[in-house]
Amino acid sequence: MKPRYPASATDLSRRRFVQGLAYGGAVAGLGLLRPSPAWGSNPALPAASQSHDVALQIGESPVNYTGLPRIATTVNGGVPGPVLRWKQGDTVTVRVSNRQRTPSSIHWHGILLPANMDGVPGLSYDGIAPGETFVYRFQLRQSGTYWYHSHSRFQEQTGLYGALVIEPAEAERHPSERDYVVLLSDWTDEDPEHIYAHLKKRSDYYNFAQPTAADFLRDARGQGIAEALAMRRMWNRMRMDPTDLADVSGHTYTYLMNGVTPAGNWRGAFRPGEKIRLRFINGSSSTIFDVRIPGLKMRVIAADGQDVEPVSVDEFRISAAETYDVLVEPTDERAYTVFAQSIDRSGYARGTLSPRPGLQAEVPALDPRPWLSMRDMPMQDGMGAMDMGGGHAAAHGTEHAAMPDMPGMDMGSMSGMAMPAVHHASSERGPGVDMRVDTPRTNLDDPGIGLRDNGRRVLSYADLHTLGGALDAREPGREIELHLTGNMRRFMWSFDGVKFSDAKPLRFNTGERLRIVLVNDTMMNHPIHLHGMWSELENPQGQFQARKHTINVQPAQRISYAVTADAPGRWAYHCHLLYHMEAGMFREVVVA
Amino acid sequence: MNARQKKQNRICLALFVAAMAIPPYLAAQQASMDMDSTPGMSMAPPPNAAHAADHSSSMQPALMQGMDMDDNAAQSMLLVDELEAFHGNNANGQTWQAEGWYGTDSDKLWLRSEGERTRGRLDDADIEALWSRPISAFWDTQLGVRHDFGNGASRDWAAFGIQGLAPYWFELEATVYVGPSGRTAARFRADYELLLTQRWILQPELELNAYGKADPSRRIDSGVSDAQFGLRLRYEFTRQFAPYLGVNWSRRFGDGYGEPRFDRQLVAGVRFWF
Repeated sequence: MKPRYPASATDLSRRRFVQGLAYGGAVAGLGLLRPSPAWGSNPALPAASQSHDVALQIGESPVNYTGLPRIATTVNGGVPGPVLRWKQGDTVTVRVSNRQRTPSSIHWHGILLPANMDGVPGLSYDGIAPGETFVYRFQLRQSGTYWYHSHSRFQEQTGLYGALVIEPAEAERHPSERDYVVLLSDWTDEDPEHIYAHLKKRSDYYNFAQPTAADFLRDARGQGIAEALAMRRMWNRMRMDPTDLADVSGHTYTYLMNGVTPAGNWRGAFRPGEKIRLRFINGSSSTIFDVRIPGLKMRVIAADGQDVEPVSVDEFRISAAETYDVLVEPTDERAYTVFAQSIDRSGYARGTLSPRPGLQAEVPALDPRPWLSMRDMPMQDGMGAMDMGGGHAAAHGTEHAAMPDMPGMDMGSMSGMAMPAVHHASSERGPGVDMRVDTPRTNLDDPGIGLRDNGRRVLSYADLHTLGGALDAREPGREIELHLTGNMRRFMWSFDGVKFSDAKPLRFNTGERLRIVLVNDTMMNHPIHLHGMWSELENPQGQFQARKHTINVQPAQRISYAVTADAPGRWAYHCHLLYHMEAGMFREVVVA
Repeated sequence: MNARQKKQNRICLALFVAAMAIPPYLAAQQASMDMDSTPGMSMAPPPNAAHAADHSSSMQPALMQGMDMDDNAAQSMLLVDELEAFHGNNANGQTWQAEGWYGTDSDKLWLRSEGERTRGRLDDADIEALWSRPISAFWDTQLGVRHDFGNGASRDWAAFGIQGLAPYWFELEATVYVGPSGRTAARFRADYELLLTQRWILQPELELNAYGKADPSRRIDSGVSDAQFGLRLRYEFTRQFAPYLGVNWSRRFGDGYGEPRFDRQLVAGVRFWF
């Protein structure tokens, strides 16, 4: 497959839009903020707050990332908000004042705390009304890299997010000379309400890499007409788009690193030989990033705040709301590009690690945009039994045609494990569900679409082993199977075909250990986040793998994790792609 | 009407009926697929108790304020698919074809209108108001009314239709109409969007109309009354605004009340939505 860059990247105004302004950002906040040495040279970054008693002000501030002045939802005047640095074991007080005209909220993502401190309007509390102050107080039981964001409407998209770093009570397992937060996010000049409306009216609104007649002619010339037809037949018959990797793309997004545009080039300073800890946080509303630093191996030491057995990789995928801590040790007196391309290759966030101001490294080209392969959609039933024979032949054609560099990978090679039985709820047979997967893959060692066999060592969930094992050694007493469902064309998203407003809460019994099985019946990735409790990811054999707060479920994948229901109250449980959540991929969990 | 014409009309009618049957057939096929147990699952045990239940243990939602999820909010859209001037062998004029909706995922008020002006006069136009409900992933049923206006006596109809997306991305629409004094009518529409590039889009479109009874005041004969096939090439400056050029072939069947039977028109117009 040939690269599919936006052809208009040569257009100057378009380039400025994609790259952003060099000095874009929260212009109003500049006067208020003290540059912190920990943040390198860029003055647009907010100071870290280490106080146990923090006052945060949610407001509306003018920003300018692309040449168009816009209003962002900010915390203390900044996008992102200040880095909160706290210590495990401490009790913190956060007074959050809402100085904007609409209700707001702050949710502490991944933090274990009482349900009334979780910050989800409608479940934890009523939200923070304009002009009011809400006082959060909770003890920090964990350490690691986390983040906070609004749980009100689309305020996360308009800028209300920030990093949260909790130092361990005891010594840091991996001491480092430098410690940087790298918060990735997606900015749009559009009103997110309009983005949502666009998606509801035309779900491919932001996809400018759809299959075209020109692609077909090129493939037909290169691979023959039969092959070119075969790789399209299945998709066309199913009314599915193999280029449907992201709902919202670089067509409207400018991707940010610590609130800085690619042209602005966030910089982390270092001296050769130093050990640098980078705390990657994906604070995007709708973007999954693939991160690498050409020239440097990254040692992954923590996932979602929890220390893991260190594993060295060249690249990792970070889904929305996940965090990864990595160590890098540059020895040369040169600059390195921190490169985070979006999963649909429509743009990137970028920054630089450099020993001297002004020193830059080459920015790599975006990878080719892949088509979804049959691994992302195996044997789904929407086509009927009759179509299966021909469809399967076409499937292999597609796999080979779309992914010439990974022959022989098919579902039969899934490490010989027994295929679990999949049960589609009767509620999955309605207008809100456009496909169902009968034979999901269960392996965790697939880094995902666009990263397979790319010549780099790419992290997968199979590489994650949280130190210390499961927090609760009990075997789960029961199993809840939920399917991630949707109708791309209608832009409806749900669990088991039932969207939030039609669903009853899920009931967890206080104190029980239970297993959640998620089967992704869609062609998109879904980062699923359970509030208030850990999600302890299991390998396909049901053994503990990694402790996370957000678990990305790949297309046509079945994944299971154990939960200990030790946090009484009402909790949110949802897909962390904001537009999926708003469209209904959300459930309330009641622990009682 | 001579024997050859009669035979031709019968063939047209048969083709029309076949076309009308396609959308309900496809919709029914999908519905039955939804109901059937899936092929790969016949050997599997019945769904386990855990998943058969909704895991709610009879819990009911009890929201506080501020949970402003948007999954049941009404949206609205107006799509002016064709707003164009045409230049034909027989006449010049303007036409429009538009649709709009307001509602939620499950219930929508759907409006459709199309019409034609020639020589400065409104020639033939109609507007429909329908209640649209989804019946499966790709199909909706529509129930409502249609009003014909313009040249001749105005007519009112009750309407029932099916519209949706067929495999291979064909948008199909089949509607039947019943009017007072035993009048019946039917309309079939199909269109397709061929992406030449991300912004150059070729849109073929077919529309067929049939009537159960002749309506001389509107110059309509019984049977298949007209067929139109258009080919429009648009350039999407934005997703929401695209000018186009095209060709439209139009064929009238039956006596036609003195009107020419065939016309080829060059068209130029704009497509937009919001």
